[in-house]
Amino acid sequence: MQHRQQLNFSNRYTSTAMSLHWLMAVLLVCLFAVGIYMHELPLSPWKLQVYSWHKWAGVTAFLLVLARLAWRFSHRPPPLPINMSRSAEFAAHAGHALLYILMVAIPLTGWLMSSAKGIQTVYFGIVPIPDLLAKNKELGKLLRDVHEILNFILAAVVIGHIGAALKHHLIDKDDVLTRMLPRFKR
Amino acid sequence: MHKLIAILTTGLAFSPLVQAAEFNHIQTEKSTLGFVYKQMGVPVDGSFNKFAAQLNFDPAKLNTAKAALDLDVTSIDTGSDEGNDEVATKAWFNSKAFPRAKFESASFKALGGNRYEVTGKMSIKGRTQTVTAPFTLTQQGNSAVVDGAFILKRADYAIGEGSWSDFGTVANEIQIKFHFVANAGK
Repeated sequence: MQHRQQLNFSNRYTSTAMSLHWLMAVLLVCLFAVGIYMHELPLSPWKLQVYSWHKWAGVTAFLLVLARLAWRFSHRPPPLPINMSRSAEFAAHAGHALLYILMVAIPLTGWLMSSAKGIQTVYFGIVPIPDLLAKNKELGKLLRDVHEILNFILAAVVIGHIGAALKHHLIDKDDVLTRMLPRFKR
Repeated sequence: MHKLIAILTTGLAFSPLVQAAEFNHIQTEKSTLGFVYKQMGVPVDGSFNKFAAQLNFDPAKLNTAKAALDLDVTSIDTGSDEGNDEVATKAWFNSKAFPRAKFESASFKALGGNRYEVTGKMSIKGRTQTVTAPFTLTQQGNSAVVDGAFILKRADYAIGEGSWSDFGTVANEIQIKFHFVANAGK
């Protein structure tokens, strides 16, 4: 068993990386959908609740991305398939870098926006997250727009990411997609 | 015990040295009336921007001291535009029907040092309750700075009815903070 894992090690992501990847995937899709839904809501207790949940989930995503970055810097990910072209390799690295940058920048702009709007983020209603900015209405509106635009960029990059994974699986027929999938069979 | 008596008598011995003066002219532009409400566990600052305050306060003649406050409910700033629109509605202040809130003092009590306590009637949204607020009065030459705070329970005045009556989203306890600068008049 030990021997077999070692043999497969170089081709597959670790279970830590896989867990973080898929947890993040689910969380980001939910956060995106809730974000789109909530800002049109008329002010109500429900809206305040949804906003709080969105912020708490956002803080969670931020912590998870920090964990992912820690993993990424301490582990070498499995190498790309050798038959990839230079430009495809570049696109893969640039795409991943962009995903990481956006996964850090989006919760940061949300955090800054909360501070600028004068509504501190209190994680799960218990842990107050320090305000990074003083209250400033105009800056709050600007950060809201930045947060939104970055999210649409992330959505586009994620679509590209999924498209690339499917292309590897269906057209190139390599293991790029499957090495990120947990194996259920022995 | 002897020490305590000594301290108390020293305090009494010194008190006549404090210039007796009646502070009776509120400097509105230097005074503020703010509040802190909690939504989803998050303390949020707000303020009333238009109010008229009257004060007749001589620390040596507490039984004739008087304070009155008349505030324009529509001048509320809850921290956000949609919040300001919301609190004008019937569920909150119903500010069309009840544009003004009032406080009138009934009695003052000395708490020692520069600390005092005022008790009086607060009327908001057609409902009147007795409130008590501790405050400090600091003399600076010809003027005095009054700083105090107390907890107002919004349900006592039907502020936030219907779906808003759940304290889980917006807490019942609202902290009211007042800061008045008053001159000793002619």
